[in-house]
Amino acid sequence: MKSLAELEAIKNKVKNQINMRKDEEDSTRIVVGMATCGIAAGARPVLNAMVEEVSKRALENVIVTQTGCIGMCRLEPIVEVTVPGQEKVTYVKMTAEKAAKVINDHIVNGRVCKEFTIGAAQE
Amino acid sequence: MLELSLHILDIMNNSVKAKADLITVTVDENLAANRLTVTIEDNGSGMDEDFVKSVTDPFRTTRTTRKVGMGLSLFKAAAEATGGSLTISSCVGKGTVVTTVFTHDHIDRQPLGDMAETITTVLSGNPSIDVRYRHLVNDKEFLLDTREVRQILGDVDISSPEVMMWLTDYIKEGLTDMVSA
Repeated sequence: MKSLAELEAIKNKVKNQINMRKDEEDSTRIVVGMATCGIAAGARPVLNAMVEEVSKRALENVIVTQTGCIGMCRLEPIVEVTVPGQEKVTYVKMTAEKAAKVINDHIVNGRVCKEFTIGAAQE
Repeated sequence: MLELSLHILDIMNNSVKAKADLITVTVDENLAANRLTVTIEDNGSGMDEDFVKSVTDPFRTTRTTRKVGMGLSLFKAAAEATGGSLTISSCVGKGTVVTTVFTHDHIDRQPLGDMAETITTVLSGNPSIDVRYRHLVNDKEFLLDTREVRQILGDVDISSPEVMMWLTDYIKEGLTDMVSA
């Protein structure tokens, strides 16, 4: 059984990393739509896959956040990725598996996953 | 929605929008009475009487992207499908309590699903909100109060991925241990 005391160790680990994190302006933002439409379509596992992948790869300067309804409920789960200095990319009909691929290809290697984007979905 | 925990996440997001800083979620599984009760209580802005009366109507919403809001209506339908109910009491300036009752063994009762992910999803999106999650199965109890977690963490952000993943495991293990104890 885990006890809250273990948090002490996590706290120290996170504290050491804080110094290395840079400004929010230099950070890549990943925004997951988390309104009723998003949740019903499966946004929660997408968000958690993103957080897990970012943590596993110890990616710095990547912020995973949530927003409400983006306004295209039929395309949920929707994820918006903004890399500093680049145009925003909107991914639609996401899954946890696609989320891991986006982190690997787009965030880490800089290649947009075109097949998951809103442009591809509307062709 | 396929799981009760997804409905709970959705209703907790209402509390977030109502500017609550403490959300208390209680899941009470009373097997002797064959009843599952979910209570979501917040100290947000609350709703006036008129709004409460119509709030489970899908055409009643505060959202501005369009004129329908499905959250409470869906949760209500999920409860009523099992012969249960959803009730809301709210007070402007004090907060809101949403209580849903389900028939535990009803064939149409959705599984509870992943409560750990629901709690951490709310926390990761809203690091300044505290959540008190209490889960009872008959006379056994699991309790997580993020105010205690925050005390240990000090100035470390509760929404940092490492803390989130630890909390997910903590809740999952806590719930499994409670049932098997």
